[in-house]
Amino acid sequence: MPENIQLTLGKMEAGQTGTIVQILGGWGLNRRLEALGIRPGKKVTKISNMLFHGPVTLRTDHTQVAVGFGMANKILVEIDIPA
Amino acid sequence: MKILLMGNPNVGKSVLFSRLTGTRTIASNYPGTTVGFTKGSLRLGQEQAEIIDVPGTYTLEPTSKAEEVAAEMLKEGDLIIDVIDATNLERNLNLTLQLLERPVPVIVALNMWDDTRHRGININVARLEELLGVPVVTTVGVTGQGIRELVSRFPEAAAPKIAYSGNDERWAKIGDIVNQVQSLTHRHHTWREVLEDISSHPVGGVAFALLVLAVTFFIIRFIGEGIINYVTDPLFNWLWTPLLMKLSLALGSGGFWHDILVGKLINGQIDYLQSMGLLSTGLYIEFGVVIPYIVSFYFILGILEDVGYLPRLAVLMDTLMHRLGLHGFAIIPTILGFGCNVPAIMATRILESRRERFIAATLISIAIPCAALQAMIFGLVGQQGIQYVALIYASLFVSWIVIGLILNRTVKGFSPEIMMEIPPYRFPPWRVIGDKLWLRVSSFIKEALPIVLGAVLVVNILYMLNVFNYIANVAAPVVTGLLGLPKETVVALAVGFLRKDVAMGMLAPLGLTAKQLVISSIVLAMSFPCVATFAILARELGFRDMLKATGIMVAAALIVGSLLNLIL
Repeated sequence: MPENIQLTLGKMEAGQTGTIVQILGGWGLNRRLEALGIRPGKKVTKISNMLFHGPVTLRTDHTQVAVGFGMANKILVEIDIPA
Repeated sequence: MKILLMGNPNVGKSVLFSRLTGTRTIASNYPGTTVGFTKGSLRLGQEQAEIIDVPGTYTLEPTSKAEEVAAEMLKEGDLIIDVIDATNLERNLNLTLQLLERPVPVIVALNMWDDTRHRGININVARLEELLGVPVVTTVGVTGQGIRELVSRFPEAAAPKIAYSGNDERWAKIGDIVNQVQSLTHRHHTWREVLEDISSHPVGGVAFALLVLAVTFFIIRFIGEGIINYVTDPLFNWLWTPLLMKLSLALGSGGFWHDILVGKLINGQIDYLQSMGLLSTGLYIEFGVVIPYIVSFYFILGILEDVGYLPRLAVLMDTLMHRLGLHGFAIIPTILGFGCNVPAIMATRILESRRERFIAATLISIAIPCAALQAMIFGLVGQQGIQYVALIYASLFVSWIVIGLILNRTVKGFSPEIMMEIPPYRFPPWRVIGDKLWLRVSSFIKEALPIVLGAVLVVNILYMLNVFNYIANVAAPVVTGLLGLPKETVVALAVGFLRKDVAMGMLAPLGLTAKQLVISSIVLAMSFPCVATFAILARELGFRDMLKATGIMVAAALIVGSLLNLIL
């Protein structure tokens, strides 16, 4: 069994899926992301990353959300290992 | 009785509001369409109830200004219709459970019900109703399905007042509910989702955006010119001109009333662009030139809005917009500005910081010509060659970038990062698009026509009083010296304060060269906003910032105008 890999959303590849472990930010950021359904324990798929450190688009459940690159780097995800 | 329509952003509250009240409001497929409160009324048996369309909020914990306002409104409500996007049950239930903790009766509208089936989502509505303890009615806002049942079940609305010890407990409860009522079936990628993926791709998205831009421009031109060539021009030439000529004869082909109503005859004929009468030029500018483009612009904008393309464009533009001190979302008010700057500046309220609102509103007033002005530019400058029209757009675009870069460095404050929900692509019924188009065009006519006719009247009277000669002489050094324009254009530029389309119309008889037309169009577009935009700037930014923005506009117009005068 390989070690579980944890990456921030900003460093994930497009198409990768994982589970959110932690939001590395303050109370405010946690609340705002939580309101959009982005919180620890949720499955996320990274859809894309715009060029030049542009926003990251992700999907949780049936919602797509775009967040700035800085925020994306505060969302820590444990990557699913393809079976 | 006061009924509040509440829910997450972009779940269809405004569409339901229109359905419930019979009044029409603008609804689109992106979060934050409703920036202020819309009130309406609804007959419930004998009683007249007030119904309020509250701006969308994800939570009652105030994390933004809009949410603070929503939470504040809650205290006044007697009944809450909680609108839920059925395709996003878990996230939407967060607000629902928060509402259920309050002492106000709640009824749930499970909206976008038609969307659940082809997304492979099954929801057990009866079980959901049982678990929440309040009525749950499935609705489809755009078709009106379920609205009657929703209203008939108002009396059953309840306030269970369950309290959760904290967010974690609430999320646990939500997870529990979702597990019990929702089941997902797998289904294949639909072509909508393929399109969604392309427009979110960093490279494919740019190509797609350029394609959308090109197609949009082509269709707007095609429809606008089509209406002018096949509808309005024939109507004016074959129907209106003979009537006006009769009126002209009856008034004795000259004199005070003749000049006000019919205008000056040119070679014994009415010239719709030059006569400057209320019934000739006044009506022609509005109905013969501007309205055809208003119709085609808002038709295309309505489709782009309702399909849900604009949020994707916002994500795509985000990196560039950050250079201008904004983030991607600001592209949406900017695009609205190509129709009219007034709703565009109102829409800047969706931006979080004061600094962003100032930059966005100033950039829109400077570099985004409204549809009325653009229609006149196409009509007037287009005659000289399409390359001159392109030159005007290119100059405005460069000014937008340069002024944005400067404002980003000089305006104090912060600009936050983008964080927005990207709605799925949806295809609303044509009737919905048609209703929205009619609403926008009719309110344009109502608001613009009196000012256009008033402007033409004022121009005529001031001409007769010779006031213009005085203004022209005073401003001549700047206008002729810096901008290389004849001093008569001063009058047109001054009229731009009332209506830009009338001002462009006044340039027509002056016999300007192509270069002079380009410069005066740009100065008109960039300098003083029209009076309606002025009022809205003062209201949204405050008086001081409005003056600041105006100073920037005048300076920018003079600098760009003089530069073009030197280069061309």
